[in-house]
Amino acid sequence: MTALELGKKIKNGELTVRQVVEQTYEKIAMLDKELQSFLSLREKEEVLLEADEIQEKINSKQLIHSLAGVPIAMKDNICTKGITTTCASKMLEHFIPMYDATVIDNIKKAGMIIIGKTNMDEFAMGSTTKHSAFQITKNPNNTEFCVGGSSGGSAAAVASQMVPLSLGSDTGGSIRQPSAFCGIVGMKASYGLVSRNGLIAYASSMDQIGPMATNVSDCAALLEVIASYDSYDSTSVKVTDTQYTKSLINDAKGMKIGLLQYKQDNPLDESIQCAINQAKENLKNLGATVTTVTIPFTAKQVLSVYYVLACAEASSNLERYDGVAYGFRSDKDSNLSEMYRKTRTQGFGSEVKRRIMLGSFVLSASQYEHYYKKALRIREYICSEVSRLWNDYDVLLLPTTSVSGVPIKEKMVHTTKEYEMDCYTVLANLTKLPAISIPYGKDENGLPIGIQLMGNYLQEHTLFQVAYTLEKNMEKEKRSGI
Amino acid sequence: MIGENNIDCNNANCKMLEYETVIGLEVHIELATNTKIFCGCSTTFGEEENVNICPVCTGMPGSLPVLNKKVVEYAIAVGLALHGNITPITRFDRKNYFYPDNPQGYQISQLYFPIVTGGFLTIQGEDGNKNIRIHELHMEEDAGKLIHDEKENSSYIDFNRSGVPLIEIVTEPDLRSAGEVMEFLETLKSRIQYLGVSDCKLQEGSMRVDVNLSVRKKGDTKLGTRTEMKNLNSFRGIQRAIAEETKRQIALLEAGKVVERETRRWDDTKGTSYSMRSKEDAMDYRYFPEPDLPPVIISNDWIEKIKKKEPEFREEKIIRYQSQYGLSEYDSRLLTETKEMAACFEETIVHFNQPKEVANWLMVETLSLLKEKGLDSTKLLFSPEQLASLLTMIYNKVINRTVAKEVFEAIFGTDLCPVEYVAAHNLSMIQDEERIIQIVEQVIGENEQSVQDYIAGKKRAMGFLVGQVMKATKGKADPQKVNELVQVCLEGFIKSEV
Repeated sequence: MTALELGKKIKNGELTVRQVVEQTYEKIAMLDKELQSFLSLREKEEVLLEADEIQEKINSKQLIHSLAGVPIAMKDNICTKGITTTCASKMLEHFIPMYDATVIDNIKKAGMIIIGKTNMDEFAMGSTTKHSAFQITKNPNNTEFCVGGSSGGSAAAVASQMVPLSLGSDTGGSIRQPSAFCGIVGMKASYGLVSRNGLIAYASSMDQIGPMATNVSDCAALLEVIASYDSYDSTSVKVTDTQYTKSLINDAKGMKIGLLQYKQDNPLDESIQCAINQAKENLKNLGATVTTVTIPFTAKQVLSVYYVLACAEASSNLERYDGVAYGFRSDKDSNLSEMYRKTRTQGFGSEVKRRIMLGSFVLSASQYEHYYKKALRIREYICSEVSRLWNDYDVLLLPTTSVSGVPIKEKMVHTTKEYEMDCYTVLANLTKLPAISIPYGKDENGLPIGIQLMGNYLQEHTLFQVAYTLEKNMEKEKRSGI
Repeated sequence: MIGENNIDCNNANCKMLEYETVIGLEVHIELATNTKIFCGCSTTFGEEENVNICPVCTGMPGSLPVLNKKVVEYAIAVGLALHGNITPITRFDRKNYFYPDNPQGYQISQLYFPIVTGGFLTIQGEDGNKNIRIHELHMEEDAGKLIHDEKENSSYIDFNRSGVPLIEIVTEPDLRSAGEVMEFLETLKSRIQYLGVSDCKLQEGSMRVDVNLSVRKKGDTKLGTRTEMKNLNSFRGIQRAIAEETKRQIALLEAGKVVERETRRWDDTKGTSYSMRSKEDAMDYRYFPEPDLPPVIISNDWIEKIKKKEPEFREEKIIRYQSQYGLSEYDSRLLTETKEMAACFEETIVHFNQPKEVANWLMVETLSLLKEKGLDSTKLLFSPEQLASLLTMIYNKVINRTVAKEVFEAIFGTDLCPVEYVAAHNLSMIQDEERIIQIVEQVIGENEQSVQDYIAGKKRAMGFLVGQVMKATKGKADPQKVNELVQVCLEGFIKSEV
């Protein structure tokens, strides 16, 4: 059952919100001991009382939203008032925000029910969710395999249908990549469409909260809820029309699709190449034109720009975790600098420390010109090159990841191998463009594959239309067997 | 006398005349906006610890800055007052460093595109007018305040001040003496107070000054190595610090040593400074553009609007008062010390067109009353209308000056009408000659000794008698008349004696 179908059943009285909540907790009790998606769950009794309140409002027609009463999980870097928000880090293990993120306000207004906070790579840095300080989340399709990252917990919770919806965050692909690995739909909208107020920052110029669901329609409905102008976020944009569910039209006739490629051929897993080819054929059959288009960059170049900028911003955003006013503080220190050093050494995991050091390095006075400043300029260049494509294309088609099915036990020999997985997703973050990953079949191990669609800035409507059409016209085998 | 580093300072004193001091200033000014620069918290000073705080100014996870437009307006106003260039697209940058009073671990400041570049301020130097060039002016946020508890060996942080808007003004090294520095700071302070963007009080911390100082042999064009001096909390402290640092640097150079490029902290109780950190320890702030704030676009329209609001500044008033009202330069200076005083003067003469009278009353009676009450001339707790009314009564001889002083004190801090007050308390001057003569005769009758003294040549005795008459009339008699009549009476006595 999709989230929208669930919402309908609640609205017409077939199900009560209380029933839905009970069922949700049952499913979680059954599945999550193994999957380890949730870092924390709200007290069932408290949620049941909330369910009753929402039921009242639905009955009295106070709440009419199509998703009212539907349960949702939140990635644990989104601040929830009164509920621990840990970023899967020792640093914030016991941190309880006194405020809700703006998206949480929106979720509550729509009458959705927050069930719990999900696991992630620490401070959103990673592509496997193995970098969580607390637990590793397993892929519901095959528990030997990675769930992807950094919004791994949110992906698994939806893929296993413990909850029909979740929110993740995406800085370099952290929504889209785990969505692809788990076989669900995940989207990062245009930068500025969803407020970052209350999202614990990783890389400010690229972070975006986004919807994760089992299908495109639910994804659009959830984006409608969370997209809003927020005066508390100076990078927020005002958009008049956020009714994305209206774009769920099964029609790709005349759409101009660009099959995006990097300058040098990037090795793709065979099954992913297959999926891309089939999507291409599918779109052609649906009346769209699909043309291969190459951008003048290699994957490595684009990745380098991303990592220089993201690490730099992260090194600054994470300076506030110093043990002074809140969060973890090491004990037994003789002076201030020792306290700083010990707190941050013990409080952060190795991946976080790695990125902070890289970021501090590229921002240092002697290196600034060579790395950060250069990366800023190249980012602008990338943006301008990609923006020219919209003269000829409505939507771009490309892989979500270059690999599928990463075993949990696999040790990444070089850390950059993990980074290289992001080469197709970082493009949308660097260019601030909307991008969605939809499931498109399985690989030879039976693990899900995702393909990615990218649209022009604030053109989510076109993006959803193409995604919806592709989804509706997939052969049954292609759809991930959830 | 052997000073720091075993250098003979006395010898250095003689050598000082061969050297020239070169000074540049970094002045931080706290802007008097209602709310902080990046959040809606109040900037009210002196409240209980940690009441004016929110997730933004305490660096909580997930918080984001939102720029206070008034801060930009004030910064532009100061920039225009300094004849600077307003940067059409100005941006914020992050200055990263760890310190407990800095909750985000970075300060949002401006490095690459500060809001104002260039400009100058004209001061009266030793050899006439001199332009002190401004390097740049930028906006930034203030840090919290650390409070150290010696007994408990711990420190506390008050975040009320965190996020209070500051502008930093950096001058070129154009200043050559403590005197010029004082002139510069006085002139700057006056401009800023006239603009109403800050109360600019060094003692309270709404103005903070760091002094960059180097020395070189007179005639040299190359700059010497400079040191930066911090913790200057009073004008006197600034002057002393400049004198000491000049001496210290000259002594070093004379001894063949090198001046270290360092930051020093001034200790006013000890009258010396000590090194805080050297070039090697210099912090790398890893500046980069602030991604949470989009660039600020400043239109020419906006600049024009702000320029239109610019008041007439003190220097202009000083010149105008002399030519327009015939006041002396000294008096003009005194009257324009604060914009409130100047405004009161200008408003009062609209209702009572005797500039010299008004000026006198403000400079003498008003200032002394304010001093008594522990106030300064930014708090003139009376209106120009009240003052005009009072002075008019003196002019029309309705009351005498002594009574006027009383009335002034009575209406101060109230909105009482002086005319009504005088009527209600029956304070009008007694001008009726017959009545005064009566009292004079009475007083003279009661003070034979004084009369004798006067006849004997002690002129002071008349003053005493006049005083007694004034006392008898409860000060309300017209002193001029009393003087005349007492004199006449006494002369009469003398004549009769003869």
